[in-house]
Amino acid sequence: MQKHLFKLYITGQTPRSERAIANLRRMCNAALGNNYEFVIIDVLEQPHLAEEDRVLVTPTLIKQVPPPPRRVLGDLSDTERVLSELRVQAAPPPGPPTGEEP
Amino acid sequence: MTDSTTNGAIERLPVGIPGFDLIAHGGLPRGRTTLVAGTAGSAKTVFAAQFLSEGIVRGDEHGVFVTFEESPSDIRGNMRGFGWDIAQWEAAGQWAFVDASPRPEDEAIVTGEYDMGALLARVEHAVRTVGARRVAMDSLGAIFARLGESPIVRRELFRIVSALKKLGVTAVMTAERTQEYGEISRHGVEEFVADNVVILRNVLDDEKRRRTVEILKFRGTSHQKGEFPFTILPGAGIMILPLSAMELTQQSSDVRITSGSSELDEMCGGGFFRDSIILVSGATGTGKTLMVTQFMAGGFAAGERCLLFAFEESREQLFRNAHGWGIDFEGMERDDKLRVVCEYPEIAGLEDHLVRMKTLIQEFGPHRVAVDSLSALERVATVKGFREFVIGLTSFMKDQEMAGLFTATTPTLLGGESVTEAHISSITDSIILLRYVEMFGEMRRGVTVLKMRGSKHDKDIREFTIDASGMHIGKPFRNVVGILSGRPTHVDSGELDRVARLFAEGSSGEG
Repeated sequence: MQKHLFKLYITGQTPRSERAIANLRRMCNAALGNNYEFVIIDVLEQPHLAEEDRVLVTPTLIKQVPPPPRRVLGDLSDTERVLSELRVQAAPPPGPPTGEEP
Repeated sequence: MTDSTTNGAIERLPVGIPGFDLIAHGGLPRGRTTLVAGTAGSAKTVFAAQFLSEGIVRGDEHGVFVTFEESPSDIRGNMRGFGWDIAQWEAAGQWAFVDASPRPEDEAIVTGEYDMGALLARVEHAVRTVGARRVAMDSLGAIFARLGESPIVRRELFRIVSALKKLGVTAVMTAERTQEYGEISRHGVEEFVADNVVILRNVLDDEKRRRTVEILKFRGTSHQKGEFPFTILPGAGIMILPLSAMELTQQSSDVRITSGSSELDEMCGGGFFRDSIILVSGATGTGKTLMVTQFMAGGFAAGERCLLFAFEESREQLFRNAHGWGIDFEGMERDDKLRVVCEYPEIAGLEDHLVRMKTLIQEFGPHRVAVDSLSALERVATVKGFREFVIGLTSFMKDQEMAGLFTATTPTLLGGESVTEAHISSITDSIILLRYVEMFGEMRRGVTVLKMRGSKHDKDIREFTIDASGMHIGKPFRNVVGILSGRPTHVDSGELDRVARLFAEGSSGEG
């Protein structure tokens, strides 16, 4: 299965940013095992990237791969919605099946 | 109650939108954010773009345009017609877009707490990159449409406003209104950008659109109150006509000029005043256009430049008429002493007419101007708009010390007053009435000077005739009463003498 690639935009190292990162990690670990990668972009350091991706709010999570690109806003605490919105399928496991995610 | 700039309280940023700085007592509060609210189609985006454009054109003040609604390429295209080459300014590093316009693929749901740190970072980045002094954000409603009506959005917008203040830029934020008169803006945007509020209106009144701008408040500083009409012109953008804000500083001149008819001059106590506005009112065919023609010819004979705005008759017709009265308009135009401008009133709104007429007057620099007729222009305006037009035109002409002759058509053949007359008679300095007089089964013409500000004048109603050499004023109608009311009645001369004696002492000039 294709590796999932994410971009996470945050504004500074705030509790909200930390929470979003933690939520993303937990969610991906559960759904994708370790078959994913993500980059964290701090808009205070790289505002031009936010301009290119036309990001308004932070945190913003963009799923780049597999296509089509999709994005969700907020600190990702509503995991169920994030997964369904990003169409992240529970990994058809390389090993034995792992239940009914999501 | 004067400008507080001198106290160092709130500095002004001259915006450069024509007329705005006058009603704003110098400009927008510098370093602050001003809310510009208006209904759909009230020219909010044009205002926002012009705010930046004027900064670049006039003062090399760079600008950032944050767009939440239209895409940058749409804005570039839409604003090109106003002569603003945004793409070129972008290339020169004078203008930057922050593109927050919606794209379908960027649609996203909210899955937890968020802030608008990314937008703020982008705005700050753009401001620093181009060294912006001005920021425009258009329009806030679109943000609510995308993120939902939430307290977070309000809090974040407030944060952006504070950040802009820290950056020291002067900003304009636009917001939607649902109705022309009512709450300031949808979503209660004014709660967080409350210090300065400007409202743009586009009111449908009597089937005619009328655009106005009103400064609702500038916290801690002064501005003109009330609505001011504005127009949007190709190649220029918004142009505010601050009519009632103009000061009555014109000086009154004692210099007399000829009306083009020595007999009429005599009735007026020696001619019109050089910087006066004369209204000639009469039914169709009473000789208004003739008076205009003679007024022009009189100016030409005195070596003056004359400008005629005709809204009723074609050029050919006017020239033929003039020729019929022995006046050579063609020759006058050849000598560059006369210009005749013929237009249909319906081709434009009254504000546009006013701007064009002013431009033509400025270009040609006439000593005297005639408008034939104002009634034709009244057709395309609201009552208020028409009055403002006349005030705008007359004060502009008086500023330049020009004489103006306007005609008004009365709706009835006999007597009667015209609507035009009722609306503007107090604005004009002199009023001349032309009337049909029915006598012994014959139509004759009468002329009287009803008002002549600052001078004595003939109070008689005199008969006049028109022939191939123009207008000839004769004797007063001595034994007829009721001419002006349209019901001429003959009285015997005994009664007339008695009345004449009664008022023998009483005739004097009008104030």
